[in-house]
Amino acid sequence: MLLNQFLILGALLFCMGVYGVLTRKNAVMVLLSIELILNSVNINLLAFDAMTGNSDGNVFALFIIAVAAAEVGVGLAMVLLIFRNRKNISLDDLSEMKG
Amino acid sequence: MFAEAEATHAVGWFLEHAWLIPVIPAVAFFLIIFFGKKMPRGGSEIGIAAMFASFVIAAGTTYQWTQWTHHSEEAIDKTLTWWSSGPLKFAIGQHIDGLAVMALVLVAFISTLVQIYSTEYVRGDRRYTHFFASLTLFSAGMLTMVLAPNMVQFVLGWEIMGLCSFMLIGHWWEEEANARAALKAFFTVRTGDMGLLVGTAMLLAVFGTLDIGGEHGINAMAAAGEFDSKSMLMWTAIALFIAAIGKSGQFPLHTWLPDAMAGPTPVSSLLHSSTMVVAGVFLVARIYPVFHIGLDINVAGHHFNFIAVIGGITILIAAGLAFVQNDIKKVLAYSTVSQLGYMMMGLGVGAWMPAVFHIFTHAFFKCCLFLCAGSIAHTGSHHSFDMKTDMGGLRKKMPVTFVTWVISTAALCGVPFFSGFFSKDEIIDSAHANDYTVFWIVGLIGAFMTTAYMTRATYLTFFGKARGGAAHFVDGHEDHSHDEAADEVHHDIDGHDTHAHPAHDDHHAPLNHGKPLPFAPDDSPWQITAPLILLSFLALVSGYLNAAPFHWHSFEHWLESSIGLPLGEGGIPEPPTFEWVNALPSVVLVLAGFAVSLFLSKKVFFNDEKSPFKGLTERNALLGAGHKFLVNKYYLDALYEGVIVKAIAHPIAKAAYWVNQNVLDGVVNGVGITGRRTGEWMYRNVDQRVVDGVVNGSGATARGAGGALQPVQSGKVSMYGALLFGAAAVGALVLVLVNS
Repeated sequence: MLLNQFLILGALLFCMGVYGVLTRKNAVMVLLSIELILNSVNINLLAFDAMTGNSDGNVFALFIIAVAAAEVGVGLAMVLLIFRNRKNISLDDLSEMKG
Repeated sequence: MFAEAEATHAVGWFLEHAWLIPVIPAVAFFLIIFFGKKMPRGGSEIGIAAMFASFVIAAGTTYQWTQWTHHSEEAIDKTLTWWSSGPLKFAIGQHIDGLAVMALVLVAFISTLVQIYSTEYVRGDRRYTHFFASLTLFSAGMLTMVLAPNMVQFVLGWEIMGLCSFMLIGHWWEEEANARAALKAFFTVRTGDMGLLVGTAMLLAVFGTLDIGGEHGINAMAAAGEFDSKSMLMWTAIALFIAAIGKSGQFPLHTWLPDAMAGPTPVSSLLHSSTMVVAGVFLVARIYPVFHIGLDINVAGHHFNFIAVIGGITILIAAGLAFVQNDIKKVLAYSTVSQLGYMMMGLGVGAWMPAVFHIFTHAFFKCCLFLCAGSIAHTGSHHSFDMKTDMGGLRKKMPVTFVTWVISTAALCGVPFFSGFFSKDEIIDSAHANDYTVFWIVGLIGAFMTTAYMTRATYLTFFGKARGGAAHFVDGHEDHSHDEAADEVHHDIDGHDTHAHPAHDDHHAPLNHGKPLPFAPDDSPWQITAPLILLSFLALVSGYLNAAPFHWHSFEHWLESSIGLPLGEGGIPEPPTFEWVNALPSVVLVLAGFAVSLFLSKKVFFNDEKSPFKGLTERNALLGAGHKFLVNKYYLDALYEGVIVKAIAHPIAKAAYWVNQNVLDGVVNGVGITGRRTGEWMYRNVDQRVVDGVVNGSGATARGAGGALQPVQSGKVSMYGALLFGAAAVGALVLVLVNS
């Protein structure tokens, strides 16, 4: 069974995604990295789905894809607005959330 | 030689590769979007080449189908699994049978012609490339849909078309009316689309499959009665028919179609002939057994059913509205609605074959009529579609447009030996033969009305004295502003030329308001006339593929296997044998409609006192007859305009229009207002009091905790991320330790 290979691929993608989220300054790149994380989870779900033979993982993956699409839509809209207001989408300059 | 020997056993190349037909324009869409602007002709060449390639393959498919069908009645399915979930597999591919082949060749042919026509019509448009991209994708959507082997692909194509129709109707969105029309079309169709989604889900529940053809497909199972609950099937059919109502502009969701005239004329032409509006009829024809059994069509003792009633109402309502329109495209739009009503009624009375044949013939002549209207507006009347102010007397100026228009009109009216006669008359005849007397009468009245309003439109456009733009004379703005039928399409001359057609200034002289223009209306260039001639030729001859009076039934033979039900006992009734006696009522009514309408048109429109372009020949004759005669003439005018038209036509037409505007729109608005009120009440009582109370309470608690954690809130997003992942890692570690 190829399960291990799929899980390793998923783990690699996950790590790349986390690295991207933590180190990138550009908001768009961060959104891309988040997509990587989500899809690494999808790969895990599908791998387990193929192993167990029922379709639960399939359904989960479909839901995640749908939710991810919505999330990217909202995220990009926010980035766009930020860019309009500040001419800049570097996350380091965005520290309004400081408490 | 070798190929011939093969052909008897193997399926031909074209039949095997029919899936290429929608794929080519779909690929072309992306090519146009990405490279179109860099091409010398702005991407239009890619669109035309792609549509032409599709047409060639479709023509080959048609030829091979006509050869193949003698050996087998089987459809040619070729599918690829698109995605699967558990035991369900959804395929994408092709389902080639007579119906699909007919629609494929029709759509590909008409799309090609419309694209050629558009190169001239929208020349210099600011979104020229996007126009061709949308047009190509639109055709691809329709082709995907007609090829669909299952309902999932069907929905895919259906939705692509919905999107593209929105983009194309709103092509000139700078004018608010156009943007509104596009939105109206989109949302009205969307209302019906809910029915499609619900209906498709219900099909899956009833039959456990979404495949259309094959031994275990929807059609075969419905025909064999392999379903548990009849009432469930009925609701499925109703849900799906609601989708058809929305898409095909049937009553009561027909209101979007006339507004859709805001799009460029080639779009209207494509939308109203072979794509989009036909999709709803096509849906019913595609899975006909579901409707036939679910809605009790052709069951002895049932004289009404949902489909036939909706179709019948649509025929009459739309034909009535066509009488009061001054906009030539709106006349044609209502005429389309009415003809779609015929198709639906045909399907509703069990006349599958004539209804589908009417899709086929209608596509040619309606496309031709719209393109004629575009040709007139493009070169004849300076972008006005108003028959009363800007047309008239064009028959000598634009002979090609005139002749093609007349042929198509004759076909539309069902004049014997034109194509419309063979299809429409057979629908009416079948209604009679299948014991649906009410719908037989409705069909006859519809035929009368069709001829009458088309005669009126023809008269106003091509006869009489040239007015406004047609007389190469442009009125001032005041004249346009008090137009009663202030239609959204009517671009006023300045607006249209500067916004939508900037390049027209290159080859048209500047417009002088209130003065004669230095150029006269002339026939359009070849890009416009060539499609017109081809289409009118087909409007003339396409009916002979299934000419009942001559016992020619090739069309029937090719499509028979697509019905999904046997002909005769236990299925749909055999088409009635043609007899001239049965056709006589409709032929007489067509002639009567022509005569009455011509007479009225002459009297009413020739002597319009308000018009500065009074019928001079008529007036001279009257002057000769004397003053008293002239007074009598006025009396006649008053009689026709004031008494007959006001007493008969106006109340009915106005009432229909009123119902349209007030009742139907009122219901929609009412729903909206009720929704808003509910929302406001919820906001005041639930949201403000209950929810906010809870939120404020928890907020106070959280504030205390927040104070303690304040230093962590640096405001740096990446630091938050690091905390998040760190916490997740610790959580995962704990999980592993606990479980091991």
